[in-house]
Amino acid sequence: MITAEQKPMKELVECVRPFQRILLAGCNECVTVCAAGGRKEVGILASALKLQFQAEGKPIEITEITLERQCDPEYVEELVAQIDKVDAVLSMACGCGVQEVARRYTDKPVFPAVNTKFMGASERQGVWAERCQGCGDCVLGLTGGVCPVARCSKQILNGPCGGSTNGKCEVSSDTDCAWQLIWDRLKALGKLDQYEENIPAKDWRSGRGGGPRKIVREDLAS
Amino acid sequence: MENFEPVIVAYCCHYCAYTAADMAGSKRLSYPPNVKIIRVPCSGKVDMIHILKALEKGADGVYVAGCLEGDCHFNTGNVRASKRVAYIKKMLDEIGIGGERVEMFSMSAGMGERFAQTASEFTEKIRKLGPNPARAAA
Ligand code: SF4
Repeated sequence: MITAEQKPMKELVECVRPFQRILLAGCNECVTVCAAGGRKEVGILASALKLQFQAEGKPIEITEITLERQCDPEYVEELVAQIDKVDAVLSMACGCGVQEVARRYTDKPVFPAVNTKFMGASERQGVWAERCQGCGDCVLGLTGGVCPVARCSKQILNGPCGGSTNGKCEVSSDTDCAWQLIWDRLKALGKLDQYEENIPAKDWRSGRGGGPRKIVREDLAS
Repeated sequence: MENFEPVIVAYCCHYCAYTAADMAGSKRLSYPPNVKIIRVPCSGKVDMIHILKALEKGADGVYVAGCLEGDCHFNTGNVRASKRVAYIKKMLDEIGIGGERVEMFSMSAGMGERFAQTASEFTEKIRKLGPNPARAAA
């Protein structure tokens, strides 16, 4: 999933301050799962903002809505019913959702309520960790299902480096050494011969190195 | 301000604090009528939104009362509740309402005295703090 974290309250309060009527829009997908911008968080943030402005003596109106997905125009269209009744939109979706809302409702200020962080997985309740950087040319098949691009601090394709100690990365003792994980996994698979093979330099043009990316499926595109 | 009578909402776990309130009653212990008790099946049932809504609707203070550590009927509901309370406190500090208006307490079903004492002390603390700024300005 795409993970996100709510922005600090102070920042959110300041971005809402110039407006009287706010549409607070959550998203039912990734940000719901990582507890950053789903229906529940929409309720909590709406309540906190109302408290703040009530205390200042200038209460604001907040309309709460949580869309099925904010990254698809079909769902963003649902805001049509509310959009004219508000002065601005505060979106709790990831950056993709915020941009879809901004693209559809061109004359309405739209603000992000969360900081979008990374593509990750849930390690345990309340903990999410980075797993993929969308490099566009996946090497997981060579590395035992552990990504050296997203999980090695140096993104090295033939590791580990000298900073690997007791399975941890020199960058932080909280971070597993991806190459230790790769070694362990290949060993468990009986594929250590694969480890011996050098992975050639990666062509980063399939990733962000090639500028903004797009997928076009001719069979589906209208 | 002199006549300020704080409104306190207390989310009380059915298995401990709620029964402790009952015990306080049986023992004829008095505690301030400011405290409005809401019975919950476990303190872990109390979500952040419940605490915020109470404040938004005019409570001056809110507390959650759950079982003693290790005694939760559902194992860890009380631990979860206290983590949520800690989170809300931080958020309330950030928005200028003040985290000290929200608290977590623990007690067992037999602690009628502790229930009454907690209710009195918390009410006095909120009385000193004054009205919830969100209510005062509204
Ligand atoms: S190799 Fe690339 S696509 Fe595969 S998991 Fe790593 S970053 Fe993602």
